[in-house]
Formats: sequence, C-alpha cells, structure tokens
Amino acid sequence: MTVLNELTLVEARDALDRGEVSSAELTEAYISAGEASRPLNAYITETFERAREMAAAADARRARGEGGILEGLPVAIKDLFCTEGVLTTAASHILDGFVPPYESTVTANLWREGAVMLGKTNLDEFAMGSSNETSYYGPVESPWQRPGDNRPLVPGGSSGGSAALVAARAAPAAIGTDTGGSIRQPAAFSGIVGLKPTYGRCSRWGVVAFASSLDQPGPLTRDVRDAALMLRAMAGHDEKDSTSAPVPVPNFEDNIEAGVKGLKVGIPREYVLDGMPPEIDTLWRQGIAWLEAAGAETREISLKHTKYALPTYYIVAPAEASSNLARYDGVRFGLRAESGDLGEMYERTRGQGFGAEVRRRVLIGTYVLSAGYYDAYYIKAQKLRTLIAGDFKSAFAEVDVILTPTAPSAAFAAGEKSDDPIGMYLNDVFTVPSSLTGLPAMSVPAGLSAEGLPLGLQLIAKPFDEITMLRAAFALEAAAGFDVRPGFVAAA
Amino acid sequence: MALDEATVRRIAHLARIEVPDGELEALGGELSNILDWVEQLAEIDTDGIAPMASVVEIVLPQRADEITDGGYPEKVLQNAPGGAKGFFAVPKVVE
Repeated sequence: MTVLNELTLVEARDALDRGEVSSAELTEAYISAGEASRPLNAYITETFERAREMAAAADARRARGEGGILEGLPVAIKDLFCTEGVLTTAASHILDGFVPPYESTVTANLWREGAVMLGKTNLDEFAMGSSNETSYYGPVESPWQRPGDNRPLVPGGSSGGSAALVAARAAPAAIGTDTGGSIRQPAAFSGIVGLKPTYGRCSRWGVVAFASSLDQPGPLTRDVRDAALMLRAMAGHDEKDSTSAPVPVPNFEDNIEAGVKGLKVGIPREYVLDGMPPEIDTLWRQGIAWLEAAGAETREISLKHTKYALPTYYIVAPAEASSNLARYDGVRFGLRAESGDLGEMYERTRGQGFGAEVRRRVLIGTYVLSAGYYDAYYIKAQKLRTLIAGDFKSAFAEVDVILTPTAPSAAFAAGEKSDDPIGMYLNDVFTVPSSLTGLPAMSVPAGLSAEGLPLGLQLIAKPFDEITMLRAAFALEAAAGFDVRPGFVAAA
Repeated sequence: MALDEATVRRIAHLARIEVPDGELEALGGELSNILDWVEQLAEIDTDGIAPMASVVEIVLPQRADEITDGGYPEKVLQNAPGGAKGFFAVPKVVE
C-alpha cells in the first residue's frame, strides 16, 4: 500500500490525476504527519481545519474536471507570507496578533492553482539567521541527527521550519524566502532541494520585507522536478510589485530530462574558505565528475570579488532592513508598549519587540546609513555589488551554469554558533554572491558529511534561465542518487 | 573602530530602539566587530565604479496616478493596537 506522505509532489499530483487518491486523503495523511512532527517546532500556526476545507473544495473541482496545476496538493507556507485571516508573525514578538487583511501574491497564486495550506512555518525572526534559532517562537529542530549523538541539530535558516517539514515528510513541498541563502542553506542542511529564482521572478507583494533588493520567494521540495512544478505555480508578473519582471512563466518541467551534454559548467576557483572541511571540496569535485560523466564541459572560471560578497551583504542587507523595519512602531499593527509619550512608546515597543539579532542588524543598518557614514559604507557596498555582478557577467559569457558547494559545512548543533554572529554569517558565504546579483540559484542534495549529515551542491544560472539550471540540477540529482533519510520521518 | 556607549546610544535613538544601559557596552562590542569585519571592503579601489541601482535589468514601470484601492477603513484599522473611532490612536503629542 502506498504511504501517502512518502510520495513526492509530482507523484502525488499524478496519483490525484489518476483518481487513486483524493486530496482529502492526501491532506489527512499530511495533517497526521504534521501532528507527529510537533517536537520539531516547525509550525508557528497549523491551519489543519482550513486544509481540510481546501482539500474538499479541490476534490470537488477535480470531480468537475476543473483545477490548477497544484489542485489538491498540500503545501506549507513560511510565516513571512501574509495570509488573509491567518496569523502572520515573521517569528517576531513585534507582530503579535497580526492577522493580515490581504493575501500575498505568491500564496494567492498557489491557491489559484488549487494548493492546500497546511500551516505557517517557523523561521528566524524577520528571516534574519542561518539556524532558525532567532525565532520568538523557539528554535526548529532538524529531523536529522549525527549518528550516535542525540544532540539536536539546526535545520538551517531562515526557512528552517519549511525545510524541516519537507525533510521529515510532513509536507510534500513548502515555500520560503531567500535573501542571502535562506532557502538554499536550510535545503542543504536538510537533504532537500531549495530554489531561489531570479530576482523579480516571484512577486514580493505581501511578503514581510527584510531587504527589498535581495528578497525572493522560492520553493523547498524533496526533488528537482517538484521544485519546477512549485516554481511554475508561484511565479508570474505582478503589477503590485514594481520589481516583478514582466516575463512569461515557462513550464519549468519541460526539457528537465534533456540532459547536460555540451552544457558549459563554470567552476569558480574562489569558492573555497580557510578551514573548510575537506569533505566539502571532495563533494564539489564529485559533482564536477558527475556532470562531466553526463556530457557537460566543465571549466575553471574566476569570480574574483567573491571574498567581498559577504561583507558587502552585511552592509546592504542591514541598511535595507533598518528602513523596512521602521514600520514596526506600535501604531498600526502588532505589539505596543504603553507610554504617555509618543517617542518613548516607539522606543519601548521596538526595544521589547525585536530580538537580539534583529536589533543588531537594525543598528548596523542605521549606522551605515547615518550622516557621515553613508558614502563610506553603503555606497561603497553598492559599488562592490557592481563589481561582483561584473564578475558573473564575464563568467556567463563563457559558461551556461556555475557549480559550487551550497554551504561551507553540514548542519551544526543548536547553540554551537549562537554567540558568534560573524561565524554564523559565514554560513552564507557561497549563497550571498548570487543574491547580491539577483541570479537564480538552487541547492541539490548530493552526499553526506563524515558525520553522516546531508551536504548540498549549488547551481547558479543566468537571469531568468531557471530552465537550464533545473536541467543541470536534474542531471546532478540523478547522478548523486541521494536517498538517505533523516533519523526522524513522520508517520502519517 | 570601537563604538563607545554614547555612540551606541545615539544609533539606538536614531533607530528608535530602547536599549537598557547595562547592554550598551556589550552591544557596542558586537557592532564594532561587525564594522571591523566589513572594513575589508576598503581594500578594493572603487573609484569610477557606479553603485548598483537595480539588481535586474528591467525598467521600472509607470502607471497613471489614480486611486485604485481603498474604501475599507475597518480593514485598515483592524490590527491597530490603540485604534479608536476610525483613526490610528497615539499618545497625545500636542497639549
């Protein structure tokens, strides 16, 4: 008998198409799996009753021969997407009780295509973190453990709840957002696929803003084909987001199996880090060998400003965050700390409402934008960004995609890096450059660390060329044949 | 560069975030570490380089300046912590 929560998203779709299973049955299996996964703390809000209603409606549409490309398929939503009538927290105390009166464009697109909402997933506060430990609602625990060691591991972040649920088979797919690696790094840590589309591919309207020139929604799934299906449903031009690209949405599943014969794959020599575990380099070499064996041509390229990407990011992202988070003032929504004085009310509300990492980043952002420092920090960083973009542009004159590791290590234990902000920031060293330049990039699970934990390889492609990226990712996935399961898998 | 307590207090005030006095010194240390680390950008000569203004090569769209939305004050106000009588309410600012 088919265990429903073991099906991939596409397998579940096909089973629904053939009438072998109903959305109600599939959704019930994922509700049970979600309940069994509660020790992971992956949901901030479960919406299981709504899921049952949406599943019944999807079954009715299917019975009438109607329905979209995700009709009846359950998905989990990072709690950074505004959902009408459902608590939306950004994992921050300052958004206490916020129930949006509107729906984000990306989630509206999912519902238009018939998807069923399982719930709102946990994340780092305002998506600021790489371990899901900065959430006001507590950390998320990874379903993975080091063999023979029962210390909880982090699922990565900031889309940690989404990654943990997909890895634990408690959601067939989830959506997240990626500002500097927040989809790709947790996907790598959790042994799943995570895709950050080209900036502008998915609308940011209704997504709680962190850094507006970097934020981009994308899917987390168990395999590459599922990511293609999710992206097709999520993407599309949106007049409500002025940076949303007016480009057509292809069927990303088309040609996914076409192979990589003749594809030119760039290997950037600067993607190494002092003290990086040798297994990361070994896996990268293995990835190169896999793609070559499949017919791709690999060649070394230089992205010479790579080492400056992370410090550039840690000026640009906090600067944008300090502006975006100015709206949390205790007046229009969320938490208000009482005071008889308006200025004091603002300061108390924000003092009490923001956690330590958010406070740190807002203060850094305020400092680098303040009079006398703006040119030295912010303009300097935006100039570096131009240079980093130039590196990629030159490289993509020669190659079709770029292959790198996703993260410089496997998952670490909870608490292991929480006292070391810069050490934590280094998690994003390989994901930030493509974020700064708006390029599509994705992580594919490719192997295990010496400790038995998943490691991912990253593919980066030209703007709006997710089709080629997915084709390469599919070949990489087939060669890697990653089929290791986490220690915890939810029983439905 | 080390940020002293007065500077941290000034930045915190600019950001409208109350920071207890007892946390100023430690916070100054954390912020200084981050600023020292980003200082490495000074190694690169960026004279004559244009700062990035847009991450993808698209022209921002324009539209007619018309009212296209609104007319539901109760929805706008539904999340306000101190809302009253169709307005956002704040502590008194004029005597």
